[in-house]
Amino acid sequence: MPIWESAAAAAADLEAAGYLTDPTIEQVVYLADRLEKPILAEGPAGVGKTALALALAEATDRRLVRLQCYEGLDEAKALYEWNYHKQLLRLQSDEGKTWDDLEAGIFSEPFLLERPLLEAIRSEHPVVLLIDEVDRVEVETEALLLEVLDSFQVTIPELGTISAATRPLVVLTSNNTRELSEALKRRCLYLNIDYPGIDRERAILRARVPELDEQLTTRIAETVAAMRSMPLRKPPSVSESIDWARTLIALGVESIDQESLESTLNVLLKYQADIDKVSKELAVDS
Amino acid sequence: MIDRLTAFAAELREAGVTVSLVEMMDAADALQFADLSSQEGLRAALAATMVKKARHRPAFDAAFDVFFGLTGPSTAAGAPADLADDDLRSRMADALLDDDLDELRRLVREAVARFAAVDAERPVGGRYHQYRVLRRIDAERLHQVLLAALAPAEDAVDEQLHAAAADRMIGTVRDEVRSEVLRRLVTERGAEDVARSVRTPLVEQIDLQHGTRQEIEAVEQAIAPLARRLATRLSQRRRHGKRGRLDVRRTIRRSLAHGGVMLEPSFRPPRKGKPEVVVLCDVSGSMATFARFTLQLTHAIRSELSNVRSFAFIDGVDEVSGFFRPGADFETAVAAMATDADLVRGDGHSDYGRTFVEFVDRYASAITPRTTLIVTGDARTNFRDPGADAFRQMVGRARAVFWLNPERRRYWNTGDSVMDSYADVCDEVEEVRSLAQLERFVERVVLPSTTTRPIAQPNDLHQPADAGGRWSW
Repeated sequence: MPIWESAAAAAADLEAAGYLTDPTIEQVVYLADRLEKPILAEGPAGVGKTALALALAEATDRRLVRLQCYEGLDEAKALYEWNYHKQLLRLQSDEGKTWDDLEAGIFSEPFLLERPLLEAIRSEHPVVLLIDEVDRVEVETEALLLEVLDSFQVTIPELGTISAATRPLVVLTSNNTRELSEALKRRCLYLNIDYPGIDRERAILRARVPELDEQLTTRIAETVAAMRSMPLRKPPSVSESIDWARTLIALGVESIDQESLESTLNVLLKYQADIDKVSKELAVDS
Repeated sequence: MIDRLTAFAAELREAGVTVSLVEMMDAADALQFADLSSQEGLRAALAATMVKKARHRPAFDAAFDVFFGLTGPSTAAGAPADLADDDLRSRMADALLDDDLDELRRLVREAVARFAAVDAERPVGGRYHQYRVLRRIDAERLHQVLLAALAPAEDAVDEQLHAAAADRMIGTVRDEVRSEVLRRLVTERGAEDVARSVRTPLVEQIDLQHGTRQEIEAVEQAIAPLARRLATRLSQRRRHGKRGRLDVRRTIRRSLAHGGVMLEPSFRPPRKGKPEVVVLCDVSGSMATFARFTLQLTHAIRSELSNVRSFAFIDGVDEVSGFFRPGADFETAVAAMATDADLVRGDGHSDYGRTFVEFVDRYASAITPRTTLIVTGDARTNFRDPGADAFRQMVGRARAVFWLNPERRRYWNTGDSVMDSYADVCDEVEEVRSLAQLERFVERVVLPSTTTRPIAQPNDLHQPADAGGRWSW
């Protein structure tokens, strides 16, 4: 049962949840729902990849199940685990029973610990599943995700295959620290989220920092865009430009000039070399 | 539509973007739902299903514009034909400042009609026509007109922002000219033909030694993520090598929670091996472009790993690690290296023999049994002594030695190239002419695949003790 009738409807719902889309994002979200495919969102840090999943959950009124990836993530943390402490207790309390009874008993529902992937699959109400920073797991571990992403099912050797009762909306995010495997990419709709253009950034700023006036918003968006076109080590992200806007408000700055810019640059830029470069570039022959 | 999609996929594959059959089918599925009347919607739908790498996007966009973007005749009429060229430019500036895209398109259409000289008889590439139009519009003068029209700058920040805004507007004009020229060409010659003529090489295929300036810029942008990936992988390997030895004390302590049954063995963290990397880089004239890439890569790795030392040579060798310290700006560092590093002893042509002898003499201690030595150069000694003995001495001390040669393999050992005198003692000698090859080298040689750690299987408990790695203490 598709959620949205058109991409525009998806965009409207997301906007109501506080996430401003662009034509690409809304189209991919709409298609993900229609084609029942996961979204793989890739892009620099702080452009709103995770926020997209959060907004999706809010827009569709679904619960968010989140799997945060890290090096060394394994099956027991991502899919399911047998609660072997409990199994041991059961074994010790049941002395005298036959081996078959015991074996059947301890590999059953009450001894299963659900981890995020299984939880998303078994949920009675449809959920939004966020698999965050998938590029952090080793290539071999990616394979764990394939069955879930492909056919929305999990196979537990002792219990059999568990299929999804309801189709979750799946969002994977990646910061591009390594190339993801072809197998994973093939199963997903690819969404490259880049820094927003000036107009979209302005809209985001207006939505997130409503006390900004029109002129200052434009100035902030333009300044940040100019910085992003410089070869910086870490260009300012959307969340940093929001922080900057808030800082300017807090300081009571009404227009961005050399002085206010230089005193607040450290909010936008996190490396001294970048700060030096920007203050040099933006302050020629003052 | 399906025919067009198939032709489009064929063009993408020609351009080097791999599109699998499954992805094709997804694209066809997506077409059912996408709003075909909206350009952006269609583009997004196809991009999401067919292109899974951000850096293949430009190739996709170029092909998309030709196949889907420009169909249909130009709708409205162009601007009046009697407008003088200068007026055309100033009307463009007005349209840009008013954000009036329709007006701009009309003007661009007229400009293309006037200047592009599209001629069915002369099938030249699409870029030639774009170039002609842009030259006549004269970006430089348009820039000035725009700057003059924007509100006067109040201070330096203002000035910079105005310049950036004008640049963006000129970018818009450039895009419009491009699509208008393509539209004309496609109407005349058909999509397949035009797509072939505007095809640009993928970033990873660009020749590192002989790329155009724009191509080199594109490569430099792509090299930063590669370096970050390399550095992440290197430090990952450090943290997650093999699991260390069993920690008996902790295992017993943990077992107390389960009534003395040792359920969860505990291991000592593995000893951290610190990779040491020494890069020795030929920066003589013939290697200039390639040297930039290796230095950039080294610089980026340096900010992640502490034990990286870089040396540059022409016919003398000097340590340049200091210029490329973490956090330093790359351009400044290159400039500083060019003036301050002491690289020339004789005539300023590369001299490998002298370099190696000098290196052994001055920096022998930089190479230890834990060092990975990476030499980059074309091994062209200008017919001087290759210094194979000195090089052998360096190799003898190092853990591993890799040589990256930016020349085509078949030119090795021709003329003054003495690659073979070094090749047999190196662990690997690689031809690295493109980013793709550099990436392969990084993946295959520097980071041979990490030892897979077994995924912990709790039910190993029920298996004989000698069955799995986890229990075979």
